[in-house]
Amino acid sequence: MMAAKKTSSPRSRLPKKPVMQTPEKWELRLYVAGQTQKSLRAFANLNVLCEKHLQGRYRIEVIDLLEHPHLARGAQIVAVPTLVVNLPEPVRKIIGDLSDTERVLVGLALQQVG
Amino acid sequence: MTQPKKVRSSSKSLKESLKKSLTGIHGLDEITGGGLPTGRPTLVSGGAGSGKTLFGLGFLVRGATQYNEPGVFISFEETLPDLSKNAASLGFDLDQLVKDKLLFLDHVHITRSEFAETGEYDLDGLFIRIADAVQQVGAKRIVLDTIEALFGQLPNPTILRSEIRRLFDWLKAKGLTTVITAERDRPDKLTRHGIEEFVSDCVIVLDHRIREEISTRRLRVVKYRGSTHGQNEYPFLIDDKGISVLLPISTLRLNHAAPDARISTGIERLDGMMGGHGFYRGSSILLSGTAGTGKTSVAAHFVDAACRRGERCMFFAFEESPLQVVRNVRSIGIDLQPWIDKGLLRFVAARPTHGGIEDVLLVTHKSISVFKPTVVVVDPITNLLMVSTLHEVRSMLTRLIDFLKTQGITAMFTSLTAPKSSLEANEADVSSLMDTWILLKTVEVGGERNRALYVLKSRGMDHSNQIREFLLTNEGLRLLDVYLGSEGVLTGAARVSQEGREKAAGTLRQQQLEGRRRELDRKRQIFEARMTMLRAEFEVDEEIIQQSIAESTLLDEELLQDRGQMRRSREADATAYKQQGRAPAARKRR
Repeated sequence: MMAAKKTSSPRSRLPKKPVMQTPEKWELRLYVAGQTQKSLRAFANLNVLCEKHLQGRYRIEVIDLLEHPHLARGAQIVAVPTLVVNLPEPVRKIIGDLSDTERVLVGLALQQVG
Repeated sequence: MTQPKKVRSSSKSLKESLKKSLTGIHGLDEITGGGLPTGRPTLVSGGAGSGKTLFGLGFLVRGATQYNEPGVFISFEETLPDLSKNAASLGFDLDQLVKDKLLFLDHVHITRSEFAETGEYDLDGLFIRIADAVQQVGAKRIVLDTIEALFGQLPNPTILRSEIRRLFDWLKAKGLTTVITAERDRPDKLTRHGIEEFVSDCVIVLDHRIREEISTRRLRVVKYRGSTHGQNEYPFLIDDKGISVLLPISTLRLNHAAPDARISTGIERLDGMMGGHGFYRGSSILLSGTAGTGKTSVAAHFVDAACRRGERCMFFAFEESPLQVVRNVRSIGIDLQPWIDKGLLRFVAARPTHGGIEDVLLVTHKSISVFKPTVVVVDPITNLLMVSTLHEVRSMLTRLIDFLKTQGITAMFTSLTAPKSSLEANEADVSSLMDTWILLKTVEVGGERNRALYVLKSRGMDHSNQIREFLLTNEGLRLLDVYLGSEGVLTGAARVSQEGREKAAGTLRQQQLEGRRRELDRKRQIFEARMTMLRAEFEVDEEIIQQSIAESTLLDEELLQDRGQMRRSREADATAYKQQGRAPAARKRR
């Protein structure tokens, strides 16, 4: 079961490439509806991505809407999977199974377009 | 067409005929023969501002309040506070319904800029929200307003289309009676993104068109699978009870009560013309005439009389302001102000041009339901023709009259007619709706215009067929005696001069008569004079005759006396004379 998962990494290996200067915390929330192919894929993709780019600075919370339907209303979720970036501001939403890494990075503002 | 309630109650006909859910939208249930298909989606399509959201809200609110079917409203455009506010203006208290667990509102809001598509997705989030909402209130009805907004918010239209199709199938599987609204931006397409192909059961198109700067709303049932339905475009209006569709005349049921009670026209002699008692209560009266014939004055009399009886009156002034009407009729001795002050009379003044024709109907309906008058005057209905076609006015009036009759309200409609046109032809369309038709006209004779009135028709009563002249005096309207001579109806100075001529002729006859009478007297006098003369002559004659008779008698006597004397003197020879016999005569001659 994909419960909320917290990943922490050694602080020594700081990424050099990303534009992000500030070592702020990333709060990510992945909304899924049951353990579908899509949601499993999205979770796997997200993990890989975060390990690569946000090592040690992120926190992923997975919310299964089937168990907490009212949360869909509060967070204005329509499509699943939806990744909500609560921190750093501004709040962003990225939908889909996160298989298009390029776009995810653009969406996370971790990489410039193009 | 099967009645929906019967369908619901009898399980046998359930399979063969389509189940329908009453919308509670006045008129629509008649057109569709019982409402929308139960457990199936219905597409309501229309341009911006055509009333789609209100249609959906009305469907849910009535379902919740009247048919015990809670509902869910998923708004893709309006926020919930806005929705509640808009609904409140139509008399729907959404918040209360939400509190009572009869309604669930959800606003699905997503901004395109927030999104990046990073691979496959589905709308399970929405499904879950809907499922949760439905479960919370035990909904039977659901409205999605406007789901196509998602196309502007979510990437990948291909996925979205298939997801929307899946949503509709899912709603159908859940047995929810669904209304899906869609924006129609092009006349050749029902929806912007072609979602109508997923909704094959029932399609309703709402239209808000502006013609000659006047807006009219129309509704049409484009498709209703497995059911017959009204094919036409029906005008509808949005009022404080939601949407109501104006039905064609044919669908109105003619089952009004027909009271025998009569009410006065306010003009005594007009009552006389109407079989002596005035109008039937609850009837509709058309008062038509050219400009300046006194239509408003007649109406004012009617109103005044009703207020005197203590009845409530409502005066729809479409041409003059209330103050103007009050002032003008004061000049003919009717003061309406006290009735206004007492709350017996209420004016509703509006130029119909400001709204469409259905706005007029809406205003009239609304004010009548609030004020509850027994007498209504609409002055004039001709102004409605300015904002609409005769056909629309006719259907609007039919609706209005129908409404008034069911309430037992007596209504007087004035109508301005063009002076030269043929009156009957122009208004035949409207007049057939009326029970009584009073025609006012001006008659031009001898260089002056005079007012004349006649009752063209009055159903169910013995009415005068005379054309009567009337005067607008400062003591009110006064009907004059009709002059029915060999020269037809005469009015004004012509009537006066005719009466003068009549008088002269009469005098002449009188004089002739008196002359004859005098002649007779004279003759009698002559006769009597002659009689006197004759008698006098006769008396003279008689006298003479009598005299002569008397003389001769005297003579005889004398003779006898003489004879006696002679006999006595001739004693001796008396015998001898007696024998001769003639001797005395001989002697007399001597």
